[in-house]
Amino acid sequence: MIFKENILITLVIFMVLSLFKNSYAAEDMTNYLMTGDSINTPLDGLTGKPERGQALFRNQNKGNCLACHQLSILKDAFHGTIGPSLDQVSQRLTEAQIRLRITDMKQVNPYSIMPGFYRSPKKINRISPLYENSTILTSQEVEDIVSYLMSLKPNSFAEQQ
Amino acid sequence: MITLRAFRYSFLNLVFLFTLFPSTPLRAELISGYEFLSNQAKDMQNDDFQNPGYLMIEKGLEVYNTRGENEKSCNHCHGNNGEKFTPKSIAQFPKFHNLLQAPVTLRDQIQFCWDKRLDNFPLLYDDTDLLALETMIRNKAYGEKVNVDTSGEMQPYYEAGKKFYFTRFGQMDMNCSQCHDVYTGRMLRGQKLSQGQTNGFPLFRLESQKMVNLPQRLRECFHSLRAQTFEQDSNEFRNLEIYLNARGNGLKIETPAIRY
Ligand code: HEC
Ligand code: HEC
Repeated sequence: MIFKENILITLVIFMVLSLFKNSYAAEDMTNYLMTGDSINTPLDGLTGKPERGQALFRNQNKGNCLACHQLSILKDAFHGTIGPSLDQVSQRLTEAQIRLRITDMKQVNPYSIMPGFYRSPKKINRISPLYENSTILTSQEVEDIVSYLMSLKPNSFAEQQ
Repeated sequence: MITLRAFRYSFLNLVFLFTLFPSTPLRAELISGYEFLSNQAKDMQNDDFQNPGYLMIEKGLEVYNTRGENEKSCNHCHGNNGEKFTPKSIAQFPKFHNLLQAPVTLRDQIQFCWDKRLDNFPLLYDDTDLLALETMIRNKAYGEKVNVDTSGEMQPYYEAGKKFYFTRFGQMDMNCSQCHDVYTGRMLRGQKLSQGQTNGFPLFRLESQKMVNLPQRLRECFHSLRAQTFEQDSNEFRNLEIYLNARGNGLKIETPAIRY
């Protein structure tokens, strides 16, 4: 009897603990494994869609990547000149390296001006109450943009120009 | 040989320092935000009739001549239309106030006089009367070089403002220096980054079609960084104003300027 009760109590304790563990994981949603200058597995195991990625890339309230970067196949009126051109970026960097750079560039260059689009809100100073506990992009949206940049092959520039 | 080696090492050190802190070692040449305007916007600034800032100055003169609770107006001490203001002194704000034993911005000084010398109910920070008075008085120093003291009693406040300037804020996680020192002259989408100088304030913004003072502009910066802002009369913004103005020491005052 006592034996059985003990098992029950331990089970309950485990259940409660695992509940806590889960809610902690949910709160710090930016859990990912960094290997060198890469994140090898897709965030939350999600698959990106290049078409959505392109829209997020241009959207001023989302990626807003054109604020700083150029991408010559996009015909938007203004491209920023703060960061490098992203033409052929998939030739220079692997998918895993691009994933880390979008997720949190400051892991690669602590002085970078590039925002960490999936940087933990805990590492942000004085975030506006409007954006409390949120990241600029969701893990799905990061994966969408990663897949968009990976879908740009060198000859896709030649074709579209 | 030794000197040659020392030279080579110090050169390498410099290169290393530049890559780590691209903006710190040598101060860039000062450039007013005016230089970043289109010709059309420059013309607008220079034409008293086109520049909406002059309407604000007229309003400022009206407030200047309005009698306070004690029947005095500003001209009781500062002469008709502010003729007794000296441009050199106006160009020194923010400066140390001996009575208050603290630094005061030009706005703080105006509020101090309004309250203590005219015996009026204190002006709120967003009050148009305050904006109008500041525009009118700062304009008295038009063409004078900004000259903020950063030594002695002012030094700790200046240092605090400088620290703030290099602190990253908000979800965008950027500091002021990244845009206004490191990437000056580059394009942020369609907008060329200026040095973020303050010699034109209060100024008319083409984007919002409004006159703004510096703290009002800073609040917009914080909004675009998705950061929690500070109060307009907070010590943080006051210290930042000391640093920003001093950073532009030598630039000519352009109030009322036109900017994007
Ligand atoms: C505020 C400016 C800014 C924004 C916005 C920005 N970046 Fe960057 N990005 C940079 C800068 C500057 C670099 C150069 C590296 C550095 O600063 O460390 C860079 C580098 C990169 C690199 C590495 C390129 C290489 O060749 O090494 C990638 C990939 C990248 N950015 C993707 C993006 C994407 C995708 C977005 C939008 C979701 C984005 N960036 C938004 C400024 C920005
Ligand atoms: C993402 C880039 C960015 C960051 C970070 C940034 N600013 Fe700006 N700032 C701008 C842009 C764009 C403008 C409008 C165009 C211009 O004058 O550069 C501007 C304008 C200004 C102006 C008005 C300049 C004038 O001549 O009218 C001041 C002052 C200023 N910023 C100060 C600051 C301070 C202080 C901070 C930090 C709290 C800051 N900025 C952070 C982009 C930025």
